[in-house]
Amino acid sequence: MGQNFQLVVVSAGTSDPSSTRLLADRVAGRVTTLVGKRAQTVGTTVVELRELATEIANALVSNHIGPKLQNAIATLQHADGIVASTPVYKAGASGLLTSFFQILDNDLLIAKPVVLAATAGTARHALVVDDQMRGLFAYLRTVVVPTSLFASTEDWQDNGLNKRIDRAALELVALMTSGFEKTVRDESWGSYQHEYGSAGGTELTIDLDSDLMRLAAGGAAN
Amino acid sequence: MQFGIFSVSDITRDPVSGETPTEAERIDAIVQIAEKAEEVGLDVFAIGEHHNPPFFSSAPTTLLSHIAAKTRKLIVSTATTLITTNDPVRIAEEYAMLQHLAKGRMDLMLGRGNTAPVYPWFGADIRQSLPLALENYNLLHRLWREDVVDWEGKFRTPLQGFTSTPRPLDDLPPFVWHGSIRTPEIAEQAAFYGDGFFANNIFWPKEHYIRLIKFYRQRYAHHGHGTEKQAIVGLGGQAYIAKRSQDAIKEFRPYFNEAPVYGHGPRMEDFMDQTPLSVGSPQEIIDKTLTFREHFGDYQRQMFLMDHAGLPLKTVLNQLDLLGEEVVPVLRKEIEARQDPETAKPPTHAGRVSDKYGDGPVRQPKPNANRGDNVTGGSPYQDSK
Repeated sequence: MGQNFQLVVVSAGTSDPSSTRLLADRVAGRVTTLVGKRAQTVGTTVVELRELATEIANALVSNHIGPKLQNAIATLQHADGIVASTPVYKAGASGLLTSFFQILDNDLLIAKPVVLAATAGTARHALVVDDQMRGLFAYLRTVVVPTSLFASTEDWQDNGLNKRIDRAALELVALMTSGFEKTVRDESWGSYQHEYGSAGGTELTIDLDSDLMRLAAGGAAN
Repeated sequence: MQFGIFSVSDITRDPVSGETPTEAERIDAIVQIAEKAEEVGLDVFAIGEHHNPPFFSSAPTTLLSHIAAKTRKLIVSTATTLITTNDPVRIAEEYAMLQHLAKGRMDLMLGRGNTAPVYPWFGADIRQSLPLALENYNLLHRLWREDVVDWEGKFRTPLQGFTSTPRPLDDLPPFVWHGSIRTPEIAEQAAFYGDGFFANNIFWPKEHYIRLIKFYRQRYAHHGHGTEKQAIVGLGGQAYIAKRSQDAIKEFRPYFNEAPVYGHGPRMEDFMDQTPLSVGSPQEIIDKTLTFREHFGDYQRQMFLMDHAGLPLKTVLNQLDLLGEEVVPVLRKEIEARQDPETAKPPTHAGRVSDKYGDGPVRQPKPNANRGDNVTGGSPYQDSK
């Protein structure tokens, strides 16, 4: 009996179904097949950001995290792999997607493997994933697979897209099944900067032996 | 258990009338609000400290000493006093003076302040906010307890033979609360000194507060001040009350929708479900407030935010009538019935004098004649060497 993995698809597509979601689903489907071949299983959860749009906007302006958003955060916290997919608007990723990831605790996604995907009406937006989205996910200290996915209208009839989906899915599965996230978190969690209560409320270590703690207990500042 | 109100001191346009009060009107109003708090039987009035518009409260001790002079039983306090941008020497002096004038009916709450531009106006740097707060309080704590202080730290000029005057009333330093949402170092400092810890309890998730209050309680016990249940905890909260809950919701909604902090954001109903905000009948406010002790343990002080977001004075005074007459008396009774008998009493000057001196004589420092400095010779006070 192999391991059971959790894959989370985050889609910022707006119609139902959207091509953005469709692209993500194809990655998820391929990931499921590849994991199955390794005698392991994967469960996929989809976070449709359009359903969270109001709560995302509220969180941005008032720091108030609504219940649906809270659920989405908990889902991501337990993800072994993530597919983040967005439409391109005005030469950039949808604000819905970037806003969502900007709300998350800095520590929530450390070392989690991610496939980035974008859809657009024209191939001229092809570099949005590599030029813009990678920076956000680097800040969150995720590990983004080498193959970025981009599908403009013409790509949907090009078998090249399928090949890139296969590649990205395999890269994700390789990272998920190698235990990359676990190794990093088990052996190196303390060497990343953390804030008390971050990582979805799980980062609760208090180092009583720090300079600041000594200062708090009447000691001198260094 | 003490009940009170705390004000941010915002001067906000009333979204219903469209009027913005003048600074003069709002300052007059806050004095009436504080007097009303006493009249309806509340225990505490606290005011914030801000150094930028649209807030008026830049000089809290001046306001609070005026309020203390106009009241007889009310405890005046802050929410919060900035321990970062104020010189701890000035805090020691000003609040000791307030303590004398208020005959002990005062305490203060310390906070760091999160408005970055304010720091450089006072020669400080927000990046150093936490060590600055911790060091400043270490000094403040000594200034109220030692007649003559020699001190050297990282953030302020050293002190040689400095005496903070007046000495605290009855030689008993003002009670201090430390306010924090998610900074363990602040909770540790409160616990180390056996001071109070305050969670503003306006924004949730409540888990932040639960964790930090629990940590403070553990450390309070660790540092030998009593059991975890005996630690001194204060909580904020906010309410809008009307006899009928549908009236409360209707009346408060325009103010909620345009409130400076959370306005134009969540729906009021969602905010009521998911945070400590209570909008409703007296019974609904009572029921919700009674849940706080289930989350945080028994505590000593419950403060309500009542005068914000442009609510006109008349409405605020009416709110205080309802709070003082229909909500707080029931809460006092219900909480007394439920409270763990081990729970500490809320801090009052009289209680703390009795804890410190028992039936013995209370120290009343009398200075020696001026000799120009505190460095040469003995103590500047007649009763010590």
